[in-house]
Amino acid sequence: MRPTTRSGVSAVWRIATMLLLALGLATLLGGGPAVAAEGDPFKIAGNVQNEGEAIEGVSITVDGPGGPQTVETGPRGQWQVSVPESAEYTVVLDVDTLPEGITLDDPEDDTPETKEVTPNVPFAPKAVNFFIGEGDRESSAFATQLVQRLVQGINFGLMLGLASVGLSLVFGTTGISNFAHGEMVTFGAVIALWLGGTAFIGASLWIALPLAVLLSGLLGLAMDAVIWRPLRHRSVGVVQLMIVSIGLSLAIRYIFQYFIGGGTEQLPGSTPQKIDIIGPIRMTKVDIVSMVIAIIVIVAFALWLTYSRLGKATRAISDNPGLASASGIDVDFVVRVVWILASALAGLAGVLYAYYRPGIKWDMGTQVLLLMFAAVTLGGLGTAFGALIGALIIGIIVETSSLFIPADLRFASALAILIIILLVRPQGILGRRERIG
Amino acid sequence: MSSDASSQSGPPTLVPREKTTGLHVGEATPGCKKVDPIIVADNVRRSFGGVHAVDVDHVEIPRGAITALIGPNGAGKTTFFNLLTGFDTPDEGKWSFNDRSLAGVPAFKVARRGLVRTFQLTKALGLLTVLENMKLGATEQRGERFFTSLFPAAWRSQDKEIEERARELLVRFKLDAKVDDYAASLSGGQRKLLEMARALMSNPTLVMLDEPMAGVNPALTQSLLDHILDLKEQGMTVLFVEHDMHMVRHIADWVVVMAEGKIVAEGDPSTVMSDPAVIDAYLGAHQDVDLGVVTGRVAGDGADADASRHMIEEESNDELEREEKKR
Amino acid sequence: MDWGQIFNQSASSIISTTTIAYALAALGLGVHFGQAGLLNMGVAGFMAVGAYGYAISILTFGFPWWLAAIVALLAAVVFAMILGVPTLRLRGDYLAIVTIAAAEVLRLLLLTVAFEEVTGSADGLYGYSGDFQAANPIPDGEYGFGPWQFNQNELWPIVIGIVLLALAVLLVWAMMRSPWGRVLRGIREDEDAVRALGKNVFAYKMQALIIGGVIIAAGGIVYTLGSNASPGVYVTSLTFFVYTIVLLGGAATVFGPVLGAVIFWVLQFFLSNLMPALVDAGVLPFMTANQAGMVRFILVGVGLMLLVIFMPQGILGNKKEMTFVK
Repeated sequence: MRPTTRSGVSAVWRIATMLLLALGLATLLGGGPAVAAEGDPFKIAGNVQNEGEAIEGVSITVDGPGGPQTVETGPRGQWQVSVPESAEYTVVLDVDTLPEGITLDDPEDDTPETKEVTPNVPFAPKAVNFFIGEGDRESSAFATQLVQRLVQGINFGLMLGLASVGLSLVFGTTGISNFAHGEMVTFGAVIALWLGGTAFIGASLWIALPLAVLLSGLLGLAMDAVIWRPLRHRSVGVVQLMIVSIGLSLAIRYIFQYFIGGGTEQLPGSTPQKIDIIGPIRMTKVDIVSMVIAIIVIVAFALWLTYSRLGKATRAISDNPGLASASGIDVDFVVRVVWILASALAGLAGVLYAYYRPGIKWDMGTQVLLLMFAAVTLGGLGTAFGALIGALIIGIIVETSSLFIPADLRFASALAILIIILLVRPQGILGRRERIG
Repeated sequence: MSSDASSQSGPPTLVPREKTTGLHVGEATPGCKKVDPIIVADNVRRSFGGVHAVDVDHVEIPRGAITALIGPNGAGKTTFFNLLTGFDTPDEGKWSFNDRSLAGVPAFKVARRGLVRTFQLTKALGLLTVLENMKLGATEQRGERFFTSLFPAAWRSQDKEIEERARELLVRFKLDAKVDDYAASLSGGQRKLLEMARALMSNPTLVMLDEPMAGVNPALTQSLLDHILDLKEQGMTVLFVEHDMHMVRHIADWVVVMAEGKIVAEGDPSTVMSDPAVIDAYLGAHQDVDLGVVTGRVAGDGADADASRHMIEEESNDELEREEKKR
Repeated sequence: MDWGQIFNQSASSIISTTTIAYALAALGLGVHFGQAGLLNMGVAGFMAVGAYGYAISILTFGFPWWLAAIVALLAAVVFAMILGVPTLRLRGDYLAIVTIAAAEVLRLLLLTVAFEEVTGSADGLYGYSGDFQAANPIPDGEYGFGPWQFNQNELWPIVIGIVLLALAVLLVWAMMRSPWGRVLRGIREDEDAVRALGKNVFAYKMQALIIGGVIIAAGGIVYTLGSNASPGVYVTSLTFFVYTIVLLGGAATVFGPVLGAVIFWVLQFFLSNLMPALVDAGVLPFMTANQAGMVRFILVGVGLMLLVIFMPQGILGNKKEMTFVK
């Protein structure tokens, strides 16, 4: 009953694609061979053959800047994707789509189904070849992948945790569900780009990155001084505050796009080489540094929250703002510190996320906003440590779920699990039962 | 705790209207049987994080009378209210209203059975007008069902009747001048009155009032008391939580005392209030005479307890006389 | 600079399927947020259910267009129930989290290549309007005057859209002046108080979620009626734009959301024509044409903030009846 066949409407398709790109969406384009984002200059391609015999219908996922894309091999075993930039892409062949009895086999490589490539010449396809042979599938391949995904998940989770504790603290102390928190994440990355990007100021990363975190803290201070403190003093309701934060989020987001455009920019210093750590675990230098930084900051933050006077005051306000202010705590001061900290942590997370994705984009923070809300809700609204645990869970779910479901559904899996957990245990993992209405 | 309701001890009180007596069977001990109970609760327990907020073995609330539920702050009175009315779920226990079990019945069905309540912090619906607030109280409105609501012919006549009844009640509660004002513009006391009047729109059999006097302007106190006494005259049963001992003394026919979640005493007001154990337990917030300070310091000392008791009684007698003069 | 053309373009947006679709979505959100106090953050999800429910019914199941529209509305009922059953007993912000997450999950499901056969993945669905246009009773020709000129194919979806909008406005108006609407507004103020009066608060909230959801889904249908269904439309920003519209017109009013949609789109079109024209004319030397196009989105955000802070009742709302109580 279709009035028009799919193949005959490539013009419509092209318009739709252009619209999508214009909107700056995560372009999870796919469909057939060589159809992904035709405007993108760099190509990754290959042939899937078993001893000269082409294999059709094998699913291959390319992940990197511009988002994951999945293609299937054509009748001659060929496949190709277009990607927006010269950066490292992970190419994963879905072994489940190989015909019965055929498996990937490479004595040199523990993970023959995963390849890393960096297309460097525009329009010249970068070739990726998989070693294919007949035989039993090795079960270790899955275990290896799982371990690697777990490590990636922890990495992502720690980063998400950095961003989420701030969101949680702000919620706890002020009652604001801050939808502009994603923009605070983007802000750190954008400032880092502005200071350290070779096309901009081009300062040394040792100066640019700390300065970006510092300026992020200042953003928090400014937002509190200009918007949130006056509103607090007008005793504006929490729903109203939430919608104000939505407006703020929209405004800042498009201001970013105003300045950096809709494309993806790269921070300098990213190295594609992976280093062997233990067993199957391989990470890039940037990944390792990022994880170490995240762990140090989170531990420092936890110590601050638990033992310092200000940290205790923060938790007291989260528990009972009225009581805290009656017992002599300067609520305004503590809340200002919370905004500065939350914003600085979000900015740091933004810098790390820029390396993790990799790339800086005007809506990168918005993309993870819901994951941060999920982390905060999972952990129990308003409990900072719960948000950390929630973030780790979300990070691991996001990364490992792509082993079982299409890679473009990994964020969906985390959100679906959020919904399910809310239904079973609405107060979150560490939340108190009384929080339910 | 050893006297019968029928043979009142202590100085005679000046009661503007007859108190209902002879409500219980046998000794007036905590959890004693009532001649005609409207609520019977057994083993109702609710704990918050290990603390037993409510731990009631057995209690019966007499029908057709005004019962006061008193006790110090944190005694579990409001939690018990919430449990009885389905606004909170107990860890265990069962209770019945008019011989039908109410355990596990959701709050709105409890209300439909004729047990309506008010709240400690008034819940006047601020952005609805006073009249709308009142009309919301009426039950079984055809126009409140979704599909019939679309056809005004189906509900307009009933709505008119409800409006008439609402206006009558508002006149009685002296809120008729405010009919079209938003409830948010009312004073605290007027909101209490509105909440009570709204509860009456459903023609309840049992009205549960959570601190009806809290935050009420003294000028409105008498009218509120009269309204509560009116409820009894119209055949309703009243159960209320209150800190104001004058009020308890004036209008309650029966007093149940809670402390630390348990029922610690029951009886007619004068008996219960002269019970040293009650005064001990009651470290609550008496506005004029700080019972907590007077008796808590000398726990169990009969002489001091007597002294404080006399103070309270004299005070309430004085007030009663003042009120008599006003009439 | 061609002022005539700029004004013409802006005025033409008063009557367009986009404006009508947003007006429907805003009307439905008005029932949720303005009348019942439900924080539905999944407007984009409800619209996507309408749009894709309609398109998939035609493309995959071969239904006639009117049956497809009914199926899409029923799908919205199901979607509302899936969201409502678990969350309406919980505190309000849980509904917000679940609806925004569910809308996003739905969008990702529409986008994934795994279901490309049915959803069209990133290219969306198109080429399903043949049956709808075949049912067009309007004779060929040009209709209208001034900036509002349509041929029969453009006019047909607009007519259907206006009929749907009129029906929805009538429905909301009838509900809101009835005792049913009174209960709903009571719930918005304080649901425990209404519960204590013997009303089944959960049932009312569910009914409101369904009614509003169906109206929003109708907006999704009108949006896709004559063109295509694309997953890039149903992002969370769409939800926020609809919130802006509702708050602009007056959340607790019947006509506010419709007025808000008209003003919103006239302004959008005005700015999207004016700003690049100003850049072309050299008035804004520090901006590129692309940047000039960005300004109107920044203004939406700023406008939303100012609205909520300084005029939360909206244009048509009663100053006293601010919709925010908690």
